[in-house]
Amino acid sequence: MSAFEVKNVYKYFGKTHALDGVSLKSEEGKIFGLLGPNGAGKTTIVRMLSTLSKPDKGEVYVLGMDVTKNAEKVRRSIGLAGQFAAVDEILTGRENIEMVGHLYHLPRKEVKKRAQDLLERLNLAEAADRPVKTYSGGMRRRLDLGASLVVRPKVLFLDEPTTGLDPRTRLDLWAIIRELVQEGASILLTTQYLEEADELADSITVIDHGKVIAEGTSDQLKRQLGGDVIEFQLSNMADREKALRSMDEIGSKKADFDEETLMVSVPVKDGSKILAEVVRALDKARIEPASLSLHRPSLDDVFLSLTGKKTDTTEPSKHHSKKGRG
Amino acid sequence: MFEIIAHEITDTLVITKRNLLRYVRLPRLLFFSSIQPIMFLTLFNYVFGGAIGGGGHVPGGKYINFLLPGILTQVMLFGAVNTGIGLADDMGKGIIDRFRSLPMSRAAVMAGRTTADAVRNVVVAIIMFLVGSLYGFRFLNGFWNAVLMVAIMVLFGFAFSWVSAFVGLSSGDPETAQLASFMFIFPFTFASAAFLPTATMPHWLRVFADNQPISLVANTARHLALGVPIARGTIWHLFAYIAGILVVFVPLSIQKYRSKA
Repeated sequence: MSAFEVKNVYKYFGKTHALDGVSLKSEEGKIFGLLGPNGAGKTTIVRMLSTLSKPDKGEVYVLGMDVTKNAEKVRRSIGLAGQFAAVDEILTGRENIEMVGHLYHLPRKEVKKRAQDLLERLNLAEAADRPVKTYSGGMRRRLDLGASLVVRPKVLFLDEPTTGLDPRTRLDLWAIIRELVQEGASILLTTQYLEEADELADSITVIDHGKVIAEGTSDQLKRQLGGDVIEFQLSNMADREKALRSMDEIGSKKADFDEETLMVSVPVKDGSKILAEVVRALDKARIEPASLSLHRPSLDDVFLSLTGKKTDTTEPSKHHSKKGRG
Repeated sequence: MFEIIAHEITDTLVITKRNLLRYVRLPRLLFFSSIQPIMFLTLFNYVFGGAIGGGGHVPGGKYINFLLPGILTQVMLFGAVNTGIGLADDMGKGIIDRFRSLPMSRAAVMAGRTTADAVRNVVVAIIMFLVGSLYGFRFLNGFWNAVLMVAIMVLFGFAFSWVSAFVGLSSGDPETAQLASFMFIFPFTFASAAFLPTATMPHWLRVFADNQPISLVANTARHLALGVPIARGTIWHLFAYIAGILVVFVPLSIQKYRSKA
């Protein structure tokens, strides 16, 4: 059974086609990365999967259940957290989590225990009894995530959980997300950060303007751009011919030479395996390179070539405006 | 079936508690919602009070006795406006989305808000009685009628809270919710028996003023607090309004909440 599935879904807001025939599917126990710039349709997909809105056309399933027909059942098995950090500022962290626990109709004792466990796990135990308005941005996100974990959801929707966080806080959240998957949760993670999708997701789907424009694992997506490149810099011009000749059998294509920087670029299939061969070949030819490095195309390059746009253009936070359609 | 009803009630209580905690943690909310009616009470009493005078001009003898039930009616309405503002605010902050993603009652978010605002209205009413008594207000019709008066007023405020809930969920942001609500509240409270007897109004206005719910509440309240006579059937007329408002706006608000895209 798939963790969730979106089948040929359309959603319109007035004249805008927020989703224009999107299909996705994720296996259980995996992190599914949904990558796209602001306004691509990521939030719209999350809202449909989490029963908050309905598709104008197409079908949406969570754990095999049709979301529009079994909304109530779906709600019992999902958790939702996101960039908007939907927690009550006046309540304390503990009160927020306990409130959610009560609304899931868990027994009182269990609510208390679960809240304490989650607060400890999310490193909020010390601040647990302070009003949320005194929390930092990172703490709010962790609390928001905590609120979505109260019932140990089978499927977790994380809508840009790290947008706007500092790098350290982001790493903390990544660690928690990895743990959750190890415990058996299936996760939909939307992000505008390629690095994040690359780091966490088992498979990545790229969307833009409400359409899927690429899908695969991080490696598959990178391979679409060709393989890796090994680069080394010669210490003198005299080594040029020798160096290029020695790379003939190693490179997947002919090596390149830049006369100004004395840099040799060798396109290869699998950089990390071939790197050693390059070193041995240079050694044999008695060439001592001034520098040597391996370049993999980044997802950034993939994204640029797919959408013609750079990513990581974070918009200012949309906290208090009406919901975006990201 | 039993479980479903039990969840409706417990969910509503959880949300009610959450909303009441706001008033406990932010006492200024309660302070400012009392200061305005106290201002009204003071200004009306000392500005109009002299001109209207006591004796036979107003039922209940002193103007303050006539005025306080009217101001309380307005308090209930202003309190109701808060329902919509609060819901619009929650919506803007994404908390409504969290609630909507939970397997909880679809009515509890509004029911918890309207219930909390009803509790708040009771507190503000007590504050108003205390201030009013400094200005000379006295209940003239016994304790239980006074209690009944507060109960009917709060019920009226509760019904209007559901109108406000619908307005708040429809407007989507607190400022719009507030403007939209006051646009109809001001003309309604002034073209009524809330502050002054309707006897001197032009005929067409008087017909409207005498039969609209705000006058009915104010007159019923005066009847219960002071023992002044009211037109027969006023209370039933009022209950019909309250029931009508609830029958229309409870389902409308729930529908709005469910379908919020």
